[in-house]
Amino acid sequence: MINHNSKTILSVRDLHATVDGTEILKGLNLEVKAGEIHAIMGLNGSGKSTFSKVLAGHPDYKVTAGEIHFKGQDMLELEPHERATAGVFLAFQYPLEIPGVSNRDFLRVAYNAHRKGRGEDEIDVFDFDDLIEEKLDVVKMDASFLDRSVNEGFSGGEKKRNEILQMALLEPILAILDETDSGLDIDALKTVAGGVNQLATPDNAVVLITHYQRLLNYIQPDYVHVMADGRIVTTGDKSLAHELEARGYEWIMDEHRAEVSA
Amino acid sequence: MAKSVSENVLSPMTRGTEQRDAYLKGLIQTVKGGVPADLALSELRSRAEVLLKEQTFPHTRQEDWRFTDLSSMLDIAFACADGDQPVAAAIEALRLPETAGAQVVVVNGQVKPDLSQLDGLPQGAVVGSLRALQDHPIWLEKLAQRLGRASGHHEVFTALNTIGFQDAVVVWLPPNGVMETPLQIIYGAEAADTPVLAQPRCLVVAEPSSALTLIEDYWGNASTAYFTNAVTEIWLEANAQVTHSRLQREGSGTFHMAKTVVTQARDSQYIGTAVDLGAKLARHNWEIYQTGEQTTTQLYGLGAITATQHADTHSLVALSHPYGTVGQVHKAIVDDKAHSVFNGRMVVAQKAQETNASQLNRNLLLSDKARVDTKPQLEIVADNVKCAHGATVSQLQADEIFYLQSRGISASQAQRLLIYAFAMEMLETIPVATLRSRLTDAISEWASA
Repeated sequence: MINHNSKTILSVRDLHATVDGTEILKGLNLEVKAGEIHAIMGLNGSGKSTFSKVLAGHPDYKVTAGEIHFKGQDMLELEPHERATAGVFLAFQYPLEIPGVSNRDFLRVAYNAHRKGRGEDEIDVFDFDDLIEEKLDVVKMDASFLDRSVNEGFSGGEKKRNEILQMALLEPILAILDETDSGLDIDALKTVAGGVNQLATPDNAVVLITHYQRLLNYIQPDYVHVMADGRIVTTGDKSLAHELEARGYEWIMDEHRAEVSA
Repeated sequence: MAKSVSENVLSPMTRGTEQRDAYLKGLIQTVKGGVPADLALSELRSRAEVLLKEQTFPHTRQEDWRFTDLSSMLDIAFACADGDQPVAAAIEALRLPETAGAQVVVVNGQVKPDLSQLDGLPQGAVVGSLRALQDHPIWLEKLAQRLGRASGHHEVFTALNTIGFQDAVVVWLPPNGVMETPLQIIYGAEAADTPVLAQPRCLVVAEPSSALTLIEDYWGNASTAYFTNAVTEIWLEANAQVTHSRLQREGSGTFHMAKTVVTQARDSQYIGTAVDLGAKLARHNWEIYQTGEQTTTQLYGLGAITATQHADTHSLVALSHPYGTVGQVHKAIVDDKAHSVFNGRMVVAQKAQETNASQLNRNLLLSDKARVDTKPQLEIVADNVKCAHGATVSQLQADEIFYLQSRGISASQAQRLLIYAFAMEMLETIPVATLRSRLTDAISEWASA
């Protein structure tokens, strides 16, 4: 929901980043305000996933120039776990399996780390169990998932639902969903989208990174951005997504090339 | 131009051999000198001494000792430990609430009846010291058939223990005897000002259809040189069940040599968990011999070592009858310059058809200088068997740590969580809740250090 008086949550200016010495992000700009849902689309290799990892602070990605501010604070100064407790959440494209750590313990430790980050006391096992049972409804997950190792043996859809469960629990201010819809069957997609819609409020913001317009039938974005060659080259409303679906990316690439060479 | 070497100068290797022979002889004399007059057991002991005549002190050119170098012991003259040392409060703290009424305390190899609590035993069960039992002729005869009779008794440290142990814990369950209370044996190693040697010994006989949960807890405070040479023989008669937890938390100066030998008659079930956290150098020879069909054996091992610690587990499961089941998982977490060795041998003889065996060794390296040597050794003659094995050596995965960090968990906490997760699978096999939670705390503490 666009409200021009809303506070800015994320402000990215002229961001450049490299991985293994290769520049992937080449001057990315993005402004996200409270209450907004942004979709970032683009071809493989355009830098979408790199952008999400840079936001979360992955150590393999080096920011070489530019700024990222989160609620006015310089985010590049924060460790990954500090970004998380400040309110940044990345739903992974490929959630990791952590054998031996139960989902329940993982969620509790993460939740308590957030509470600690806010200067609140940790909550005990019993209070946590009540809380998590509630959150399970958001993604229609069975309680038995809590007692399995984190993502171990989960299907693709279960892993993605587990990401949204974490989002529901941690209540981020900025949620970045990195291709959460890729490879999901339609029922799982509806569940995941339903979860995201429930969690979106006027006070937080969502950035959807996606390859497919289909997701945007279930989550209505306020802005659609197209990434190419490490930056955002076009921004529009949701009709842009339909246009991309119909016409492909080539026309945008052509316009972008024309712009660059002009 | 090569010059001939003077004949009375020995090559380093020869000098090493002579030194090792002499060192073993010295150890034999030392432990013989410590044999109590009232526990002569001359037949048993002299038989063991004969077995040692042909042997030398182990060295790394022997296949069984390739990765475990004992040469630093050769410079240390160990004397027999004094069993009358005062007992540290730490030993008292090891008592578990679940084992109240079934606790035996051994200090420096000597059984301490005054510190033991044995009022929770079932009818017909015998738990106590060999010294107390040997006065009964009927027991003397029964014991003679079991004590020192298990396969592998010729091995050098096993034989050394047999020559010189100063007392033994005897656990004897009658047919159908079920010990509801887990039995806890605490082996305290009390350091002295000079290097000492203690030889704890334990004999467990579970008669047909009996059941026992056994905890052996080796604890020590020696930061200076100490030598524990422990032997435990466990006999499971037909249909007996023994669940065994073995903990080694010896002091940082301790050489811990140990043998656990389990002999399983038909339809019996042995589940063992061995946890190695302490000692300077630990070697556990864990041997299982099947003597009847349809036995079940589960072995779980966990080592967590750091600094310059060395922990070596050599296991052997020998199957010679059909329908046996063996599962083994051994895990090691190795930090700093520590060195972990696992040699898992399984022998499936021609007669052991329909055996179902699996073995997995997983190692987690926490430092670039840590070292792991792992060797699965499956010798399968029978043709209708299932045998799976695997070994992995890995480091903490940066992506796993980042995933946890992205959920607000700091890198150091993430590392602790992953180490804990790696270890928990093994600790969960320990059947006594308080012990399980104490070890869980110990691992968490270890991971944070």
